[in-house]
Amino acid sequence: MTSSAPASARAPHDPHELEADRPEDGVQPVRPWDVEAAPSSDDKPRRRRRTVAELLADAPEDAVIVTRRLTKKYGEFTAVDSLDLTIRKGEVFGLLGPNGAGKTTTVLMLLGLTEPTRGVVRVMGLDPTREPLTVKRQVGYLPDNVGFYGGMSGRENLRYTARLNGLRRREADARISELLAEVRLEEAADKKAETYSRGMRQRLGIADALVKSPSVLILDEPTIAIDPAGVEELLGLLRRLVREHSLTVLLSSHILGQVQSLCDRVGFYSAGRLVAAGPLDELARGADTSVELEVGVQGSASAIAAVALGIPGVTGVAPHEHDDRIRIVSANHDVSAQLGTALAAADLPIVHLRRRGSDLLELYRRYVPEGIDGRR
Amino acid sequence: MAAAETSGTPVRKTRVESRRAERAPSGGWRTIAAKELADHIASWRFFVLLLVIGVLSVLPMYFSASDVQGQAAAASGNPLAFLVLFTHGASSFGGVAMITLVTLLVPLVGISFGFDGINSERSQGTLSRLLAQPVHRDDVVNGKFAAGIFVITVMMLMLVLLVTSIGILRLGIIPQAEDLARVGVWFIATVLYASFWLAFALLLSTVIRSAATAALVGFGTWLGVTMVGGFLLPAVASFLFPIDATASISSQFGSAAAQNLLLRLSPAQLYSDILQAVMDPRTKAILISNVGQATASQEQIPNLLSLDQSILLVWPQFVALVALTVLLFAIAYVLFLRQEVRA
Repeated sequence: MTSSAPASARAPHDPHELEADRPEDGVQPVRPWDVEAAPSSDDKPRRRRRTVAELLADAPEDAVIVTRRLTKKYGEFTAVDSLDLTIRKGEVFGLLGPNGAGKTTTVLMLLGLTEPTRGVVRVMGLDPTREPLTVKRQVGYLPDNVGFYGGMSGRENLRYTARLNGLRRREADARISELLAEVRLEEAADKKAETYSRGMRQRLGIADALVKSPSVLILDEPTIAIDPAGVEELLGLLRRLVREHSLTVLLSSHILGQVQSLCDRVGFYSAGRLVAAGPLDELARGADTSVELEVGVQGSASAIAAVALGIPGVTGVAPHEHDDRIRIVSANHDVSAQLGTALAAADLPIVHLRRRGSDLLELYRRYVPEGIDGRR
Repeated sequence: MAAAETSGTPVRKTRVESRRAERAPSGGWRTIAAKELADHIASWRFFVLLLVIGVLSVLPMYFSASDVQGQAAAASGNPLAFLVLFTHGASSFGGVAMITLVTLLVPLVGISFGFDGINSERSQGTLSRLLAQPVHRDDVVNGKFAAGIFVITVMMLMLVLLVTSIGILRLGIIPQAEDLARVGVWFIATVLYASFWLAFALLLSTVIRSAATAALVGFGTWLGVTMVGGFLLPAVASFLFPIDATASISSQFGSAAAQNLLLRLSPAQLYSDILQAVMDPRTKAILISNVGQATASQEQIPNLLSLDQSILLVWPQFVALVALTVLLFAIAYVLFLRQEVRA
């Protein structure tokens, strides 16, 4: 795209391509893109790269996690593509997408464990690549597939984390006991971690992330491979902890229901791109005003069409994709009340009525084209 | 990351300073080393290795003690009789000396405490959790290396004290200061040699994802270096730089020097050179080829070298061994720093 010397001298993976304005720098450092932006001998117009300050200009003051044009490439493969994410203080944000959509890569960049190829990341106003320790001191992280030292007890594992965070022995022990009680592991606390079940390990992982008293909590697939009852328990625990500790939470998941119940806002991830983000109901409304109702009645389903098509606003009736006892009624607004009355009047008692598009699964279907478990 | 360290511009400098300031209070490597050390000491491998090496060192010492006792008259005139305990291979024990067995087994110790250093963290799923704590990545490698060296030092110290005390009891010879000094230098060289293998094992644990494979490669290399290297490398050396008896003395010396250089690429050779000079004060030249040995001993009056002269003789070997260890550690370090956290 350019032929000037500074541009060609810069490696494509240069992590310093975009970097922070250092407050301690008295003078403005010369940046490669400034050079690029200066008028050059050939008069072709070229797109000016935006500086970090410009990229971050629109971030709200209480933003805890901000990414702008965040990109990570592994060779030719783009794991994360120009991600713009803003998470405010006290918010619970759900990052939703199929396996391999770039959720974990994003999380690793937020923690400074992977360097971005391009773009800006700020966690609590800090660049995780430049000041990893300060960031990691304030961010609790539950990794995807969390593991513990099998030969040590759960308590010892947490103690190690506390020591790594520079906590004093006494206050650490008190905090650890408190956290173990919160995640209901007091009884197993002194058993070896290798004897723990998957759900116990996950709960221990949450306690581990909270040992350092973080202000931000990042949970990568917290409920993966846990049985449904365990998931419920874990979600209840998380909800309570988030409220009690007034945490800002980023939660990544490819399982829908849990995110729905926990998150203030969700973002849909697909092939490294954030395709939609916002509060759930807003996403549902903003996407489309028309509704689809799944209707099932006692008796013949074919009778539904005649009744439904008589209601104003109904645009069509179609059979269900999998279930021939159910019809899909499309309308340009929500007609469920009228439909209910009409069907009852026609002596067709409703046994199934569900509005499509209001739950995550529908949104997911809409925004993520490769399907629920689709890999690229 | 590393670029900021090397750059000399003022802007970068403040960054380096801020990084230093950030690092100073944490001291993460010490915490990691302490945990690793506790793991090592409590582990089965520590116990088993100590037992094996302990038995295999005490046995030759026991047998050579009876040999030395039999020649008490000769021994009394020798100011360094104590060292004979370490270097003498008793015929009743197949002529195997204590230091020979230790030489053979030391790499095993180094590899055992390093082969699963990084890859076990990865397979356990603890690596990403560990790195999400406020520690630098290098703290992990440094901590593990430090813990490994420490545990090796402790193990060797236990061994030397055991063997020395048994020697004193069996022989009734109180070691002279120079005996102890030479044993001390041998001890340092041995820990250094074990550290080389530890660094090698840590490198393997960084590169190879499976701990079992890393262990196999490590032990295979050890076998190769100690067994095959013992005759293969000299064979290669004498093939590449043959010493022609009919050639001029200077060309014979040239070939011998070239052979020596080639052989000293092997850490095992470096260590055995050090052993030879330090544990046997009669050694006046470390030259492997017959030419060198012959000329060197012809020119000298048979007497004993002082310790500083012995050390001087193998100082290059010391330095080379340190250099090789540092090199391997540096490679492991850089590779680990550049590795993706995710498996």
